[in-house]
Amino acid sequence: MTNLLERVRPAQAAAHARFRRRRSPGLAGLAYAAPAAVIVALFFLFPLGLVVWMSLNKWPLLGPPTFNAPTNYAQIADNALVLDAVVFTLKYTAVVTVLLFSISFGLALLIQNRRPGVGFFRGAFFLPAAVGWATATLLFFGLLSDQIGPINDILQWVGLIDAPVSWTAGDPGLAFGSTVTLVIWRWAGFNMLILLTGLQAIPTELYEAARVDGASAFHAFRRITLPLMRPTIALVLCLMITGSLLGFEQFYILTRGGPGSSTTSVVMVIVREAFIRFNLGSAAAMSVLVLAALVLLNALQLAFIRRKTS
Amino acid sequence: MKRPTYYVSMAILSLFFVYPIVWSGWSSIRLGDAFSLDSYRKLADYGEGVGTYLTNTVILVLLTVGGTLIVATFAGYAFARFRFPGRGLLFVLILAILMVPYPTILIPLYVLLGWFGLQDSLLGLALVMIMFQLPFAVFMMRNAFESVPRTLDEAAMMDGCGSFGALVRVLLPAVVPGLVTVGLFAFLASWNDYVAPLILISSNDRFTLPVAVVNMRLHDFGAVDYPTMQAGVVFMALPCLAIFLLLQRYYVRGFMSGALRG
Repeated sequence: MTNLLERVRPAQAAAHARFRRRRSPGLAGLAYAAPAAVIVALFFLFPLGLVVWMSLNKWPLLGPPTFNAPTNYAQIADNALVLDAVVFTLKYTAVVTVLLFSISFGLALLIQNRRPGVGFFRGAFFLPAAVGWATATLLFFGLLSDQIGPINDILQWVGLIDAPVSWTAGDPGLAFGSTVTLVIWRWAGFNMLILLTGLQAIPTELYEAARVDGASAFHAFRRITLPLMRPTIALVLCLMITGSLLGFEQFYILTRGGPGSSTTSVVMVIVREAFIRFNLGSAAAMSVLVLAALVLLNALQLAFIRRKTS
Repeated sequence: MKRPTYYVSMAILSLFFVYPIVWSGWSSIRLGDAFSLDSYRKLADYGEGVGTYLTNTVILVLLTVGGTLIVATFAGYAFARFRFPGRGLLFVLILAILMVPYPTILIPLYVLLGWFGLQDSLLGLALVMIMFQLPFAVFMMRNAFESVPRTLDEAAMMDGCGSFGALVRVLLPAVVPGLVTVGLFAFLASWNDYVAPLILISSNDRFTLPVAVVNMRLHDFGAVDYPTMQAGVVFMALPCLAIFLLLQRYYVRGFMSGALRG
């Protein structure tokens, strides 16, 4: 009797559970997803619509907005600061992407094989990425200053410069170089780690087979590493390009956009338009254009990746 | 590459990456030619007092980490175990947050938080930070729940647990590594972020550490107190470096998960 009951009970319980899951899965699932859905609706979808609406209005920081489309968009074309910032941001993006990618990939290749001490070097290269971005920028501001920074002393001692140099405010070229160096220092280890995960996913048998066939290291790199790394490379390039196009802290904190306005980026112009010139509508119009450009860029990259992998 | 050449070049490269951090610590305890903790004493009295900024930052971190963990755990559970109307759409929308650049959406959020009465508030800022954490966090938690065998929660339900009981008693202990990774990334974002608090917080006594310390450089024209600023840098960097050294495993898990593949 007990024996029979015990055999029956699990079956009943399973039927019960199946019944319960069939009755309420939709509701239960919705309930669990609700907090995320509310946040996405309130703090993502709604502001996305709002930024478009704001761009069609004269929207002061205080006081009611007034509809004025398409004035905000028309004024962007007349704004010399915006055009300079666009040209600068594109130039900056090109330089950073090429340098940062080459260095990150180089570092990943250097640490991909197991050797004694390689874990230490990997940690050392990644260390700056553990520090916050604004913190790292401020650290560099002190490092490059001629008051407490050691760089001028070191370069004078080596004999590369005769007198202390202002690395962040004196010369546009030097200020530009300083931001690029900062970005490489802070982000090379981060990108190295992503590239490393791609490198380690390549089966070692492929390299062994290539070696047996008498292929050189360079040949193996071109014929095995590069093609199989394509998705990872695309991801890293995508992150680098997007990050550079949206660069803010490295200019706002390190160079203040100067000297003059030589290192003023697009996002800096948007923030200045909104919170220094109190013209939220015009800042929203610029945001919409940046948003559209980036969505287009992402779509292009996605299409590119799909075509190459299929 | 020959062995000695390899190690010499690796050592030089390591120096490039490690030296600035070591220098920062060194310069914060060095005044003139002597060691001194004066920079840290000045930092303690800076502005509203570093204690105020630290308290604000800790409140923001607790709200962001706690909120992200709760929202992402429920959402990850929903995506991994349930079918419900709008499931696919919601997942795509959450990932689409990655496509939208941070600074462009902060201007409407500034207006929006004003309408909600959350202008200049750490709670409003935390809600925005949680939103930006969602793509990574939900993706991570969905994968964590999916890698737990279904038989585990089915067995719990047979024992009379509801779906919530199964989540709390059986599934949560199985996804702890995922929770640590999500919490770690939420901590780093809220502890370090500069742009969102810069735009969404306007009162000095509500500033977080990054905004307050960066103000040393931006607002004292011509007379930047460099050693105190470096003390601020060290103060902000130390918890991050400590966590990196202690929780490296979870860092790398975040990278490996492919959650960055927006």
